[in-house]
Amino acid sequence: MAKKESSGVVLFESVSHALRAEKLIKAENIICKLIPVPRHLSSDCGVCLRFNTDAKEQIENILRGKLDFFEIRLL
Amino acid sequence: METLYLDNAATSFPKPEAMLAAMINYSQAIGASPGRSGHGLSIDAGRIVFEAREKLARLFNIEDPLRIAFTKNVTEAVNIVLFGLLKRGDHVVTTSMEHNSVMRPLRFLQSQGVELSVIPCSSQGDLDPNDVHRALQKNTKLVVMTHASNVTGTIMPVEEIGKMTRNRGDVLLCVDAAQTAGALPIDVKKLSIDLLAFTGHKSLYGPQGTGGLYIREGAEQQITPLMQGGTGSRSEFEAQPEFMPDKYESGTPNAIGLTGLSAGVSFILKQKVEAVRAKEEQRTSRFLQQLKEEKDQVTIYGPNDAQRQTAVVSFNLKNISPSDAALYFEEKWGIMCRPGLHCAPAAHKTIGTFSQGTVRFSFGFFHSEKDIDTAAAAVRDLLQKENRL
Repeated sequence: MAKKESSGVVLFESVSHALRAEKLIKAENIICKLIPVPRHLSSDCGVCLRFNTDAKEQIENILRGKLDFFEIRLL
Repeated sequence: METLYLDNAATSFPKPEAMLAAMINYSQAIGASPGRSGHGLSIDAGRIVFEAREKLARLFNIEDPLRIAFTKNVTEAVNIVLFGLLKRGDHVVTTSMEHNSVMRPLRFLQSQGVELSVIPCSSQGDLDPNDVHRALQKNTKLVVMTHASNVTGTIMPVEEIGKMTRNRGDVLLCVDAAQTAGALPIDVKKLSIDLLAFTGHKSLYGPQGTGGLYIREGAEQQITPLMQGGTGSRSEFEAQPEFMPDKYESGTPNAIGLTGLSAGVSFILKQKVEAVRAKEEQRTSRFLQQLKEEKDQVTIYGPNDAQRQTAVVSFNLKNISPSDAALYFEEKWGIMCRPGLHCAPAAHKTIGTFSQGTVRFSFGFFHSEKDIDTAAAAVRDLLQKENRL
């Protein structure tokens, strides 16, 4: 299990957006995983992308301009 | 008797083996609803649908795959545009070579107060772009046109029209690519296409029940969806999402069909659309050449020039009705073709074949030169039989 303090999630408007983000991020060799949205977070769609906190800035840079809407939360 | 299928303009057959394999794999190993849950199988299904979008985006030079909404066919895609965009008092321009998928909704909208201009094409089915330019009005919202006629194969001057509509700025260009997606190179940027309606079961070699609509960024703000409903997104709101592709994708998508479509598009990407085109052009040319040898008894419609048409040839034989000819071809030669009006009465009026229509042979990627020679031999055989009588 990933330590809670070391990971975050990206929330999206739809699963299509989540799948596009996953592809963009994995193309940069950053480890991430699509998971169901944790209960305590609300999201527009059922899945979110979990990542290691170290990659937060990189992920923001990859997604900015490519997706209209996404939200990053640290767990 | 062996059969020879010459009705690829209606639906392509056979399909690449990979199409069926992908659909079987989906049924056996995935099966879930894409984009509806966070579990692994739903995500796998979602990935397959997303990959189909990505491949189509690559094929049509679309930057963001999410600009493509899937539909059940090109007719639905065209209807989304026409009914979603045009309001009473708006003006729309189309051509006299259109299929009923475009013409029927337009005639209905005309009865509801939308102004319609149908630009006459030549008897070969050619459109003069200047005629479109002259038809543009202050209230013109849309030019909607086929990329190639399903009756004559005539390839339309989309690029010229695209330059014109892009210059005007406030007129959208919607292209019906039923006959060309996968058969001719299509670059939405180069051709200045704002809305590209395509079907999956013809030259993209997917199954029936698949198609889609590309909408250029921003244009979706003007187009109300034809259907609204569950999208798996923004579930807490009772209003339809405004973003692509969810705005136009209500209800569980045809995931198994899109899996097959994805495999079909992979096939085209691997073969390269330019190579597909070259092969089909060669086959068409080979058939036209043999048909021309019988020119005293055969009337060929359309460009009669393989470079200017898709792999569709419409013709009539002297003193033989299209339906009688088609029956003979099937009974004596096992040839499956399509006689009649091909759902395009306007196009047949344009080329002068309304109301009996034509015989249409439409070729595909899998036809060999031998198949083409068989098709031509069948025509010669029927002519000889008629001459003996």
